[in-house]
Amino acid sequence: MTELLAVRDLTLGFRTDAGLARVLDGVNLTIDAGQVMGLVGESGCGKTTLARAVLGVLPRNAAEIAGGEIVFKGRDLLKFSPGALARDICGRAITFIPQDPYGSFNPVFTIGTQIMEIMKWKSPRRVTGHWSEHAPLLGPYPAERRRADMETVVALLDAVQLPQPAQILRKYPHELSGGQRQRLMIAMALLPEPDLVIADEPTTALDVTIQAQILGLIRRLANERNVAVLFTTHDLGTAYEICDAVTVMYAGQEVESAPTDRFFAAPAHPYTGKLLASLPRHDGEVAGIPGEVPNLVRPPGGCRFHPRCERASEACRSGKPPAEMLDPGHSVRCFHPVRPAA
Amino acid sequence: MSPILDIRGLSRHFPIHGPFGRQVGAVRALDDVSLQVMPGEILGLVGESGCGKSTLGKTVMGIHRPDGGEIRFDGVDIAALEPRAQRAVRKHLQYSYQDPGASLDPRWKIGRSLHEPLIIHTTLSTEERTRRVADILRAVGLPEGHLDLYPHEISGGQQRRVGLARILTLHPKLVILDEPTSGLDVSVQATVLTLFRELRQAFNLTYMFISHDLAVVRMMCDRVAVMYLGRIVEIGPTDQIFETPRHPYTRSLLAAIPRIGGKRITVDFWLKGEPPDPGNLPSGCRFRTRCPRAEAVCAQEEPALVAIGLQHAACHFASEKPA
Repeated sequence: MTELLAVRDLTLGFRTDAGLARVLDGVNLTIDAGQVMGLVGESGCGKTTLARAVLGVLPRNAAEIAGGEIVFKGRDLLKFSPGALARDICGRAITFIPQDPYGSFNPVFTIGTQIMEIMKWKSPRRVTGHWSEHAPLLGPYPAERRRADMETVVALLDAVQLPQPAQILRKYPHELSGGQRQRLMIAMALLPEPDLVIADEPTTALDVTIQAQILGLIRRLANERNVAVLFTTHDLGTAYEICDAVTVMYAGQEVESAPTDRFFAAPAHPYTGKLLASLPRHDGEVAGIPGEVPNLVRPPGGCRFHPRCERASEACRSGKPPAEMLDPGHSVRCFHPVRPAA
Repeated sequence: MSPILDIRGLSRHFPIHGPFGRQVGAVRALDDVSLQVMPGEILGLVGESGCGKSTLGKTVMGIHRPDGGEIRFDGVDIAALEPRAQRAVRKHLQYSYQDPGASLDPRWKIGRSLHEPLIIHTTLSTEERTRRVADILRAVGLPEGHLDLYPHEISGGQQRRVGLARILTLHPKLVILDEPTSGLDVSVQATVLTLFRELRQAFNLTYMFISHDLAVVRMMCDRVAVMYLGRIVEIGPTDQIFETPRHPYTRSLLAAIPRIGGKRITVDFWLKGEPPDPGNLPSGCRFRTRCPRAEAVCAQEEPALVAIGLQHAACHFASEKPA
């Protein structure tokens, strides 16, 4: 399989009043074309920051990128000019499904207006190199392209199983339910025919039955259209449902990455093991993880999990463990990984 | 044993106002709900958002006034009491809010928030209160230094603990936990759930556990009530509900939980559509518009809760063996 996205040693921080918060510390992540990659971790572990860094929408005045590269289809996104990034990548080759379908629409415009606004600028039919790119406000929207785009929109709304697409386009966001809005968000993310969709916890705001429907939809559409998905979630069950491979992050470091089946069957990093043991089980036994997520302004040295890890040794305190390949596709950053009893 | 909480035929309707303030309909948030909670048990209340589970909790607490039915707490109908008498009962009946961060005053230190319920409900002196606050803080596993912190300075899991401490200082008998683990990470959720169990032992509590997370409910509760659009559609012992669900809605809820290591639900999840508008319910059984089993009788008659062993289900086909 071809590598679509490769994040290599990405290190960045946010300037805060207390100092520089080191939110990502040498993160590595690769996604193949058409792969659904789960990015799992607790709140504050940097998964949303990583997703935003890939999308290029980090706040420019507060974020400080210290090193690393984000290679998308062979080109480093960090070296793009903001204009080129906005024109060719953001919302075109890489699109976004937000967590909150309620706050993501403008309440004063109809759904149709908002979708056609995307299509005007990001439609795959749009000719690049037109003079209007330099004067966006004067940009025309030729009637012919508009008609063709409209047909695509209606067809896609049908594909995300929204009843009566033509009527929905005339409605306002408040007239739709949360599940319907999230379906629209998925449709809007797929309309520009992207190579990569970043889905930031797209089902946390939804009920379980709707979540099951939406997950099935994302999975099916991603497979049909050969779109890669970076799916961030804090719910391991959701990750199991939809992902081909899973990467776990802890406090700004990626700790383990493996194909889904292997990840759940043989977790190698102590943190992954503890995370899986925290899930509620039928027999009532449940183990949490003692301690707190570290402060990112003054993070612990070496492996950032060592203060909460019972396998920690002197080596863990002094240096960050290198990525070790346990199996094809299964890498772990730990000096003392849990090895399956063979 | 007599139930600590006995709810009979409870209704709560929210009016829908049209132009000029005319009432044009009602959202039937609770419609003829009956259930009992035994002393010492944990009753789970599950359902999708908008099904009325929080309204039920709040109506029991007296935050909403019921439109019909009675709520008997320790044998007394509390809905019919005078406000002053209700306040005395509320000491034994406490409600833990969904978002602990928002339910703590951001300008008050944790210590002051913990003293407040004691000032309102008891006549203890300042030293006695301080001692009681220190005790409760230890019981919920917070260091004493936290008394001088503001709510924003502590984590979500700790805020949850403070919220509990505030309730437990009054030594209530029944605690209504409204989505006690929503917004928490799994590792924190696990420690909070363990804490709920320990506190139940230590303080001899009864919980009403409102949640939409069925995995947590299965782990925590003795009995479960499933709600759909203002009605209880199934109620019974946890094991039976999870192993032999009788109502098609319960079955679909259970089928929707992602199960690690099991079959992937996304392949063949069968429940289509979304709940109908609660202000404009379908005739007969409320679930029939989404139910794969629905027949003509479902559109005409609203099924009542019928007993099948220890389970009760409101479905015309409840006694059939599930496929």
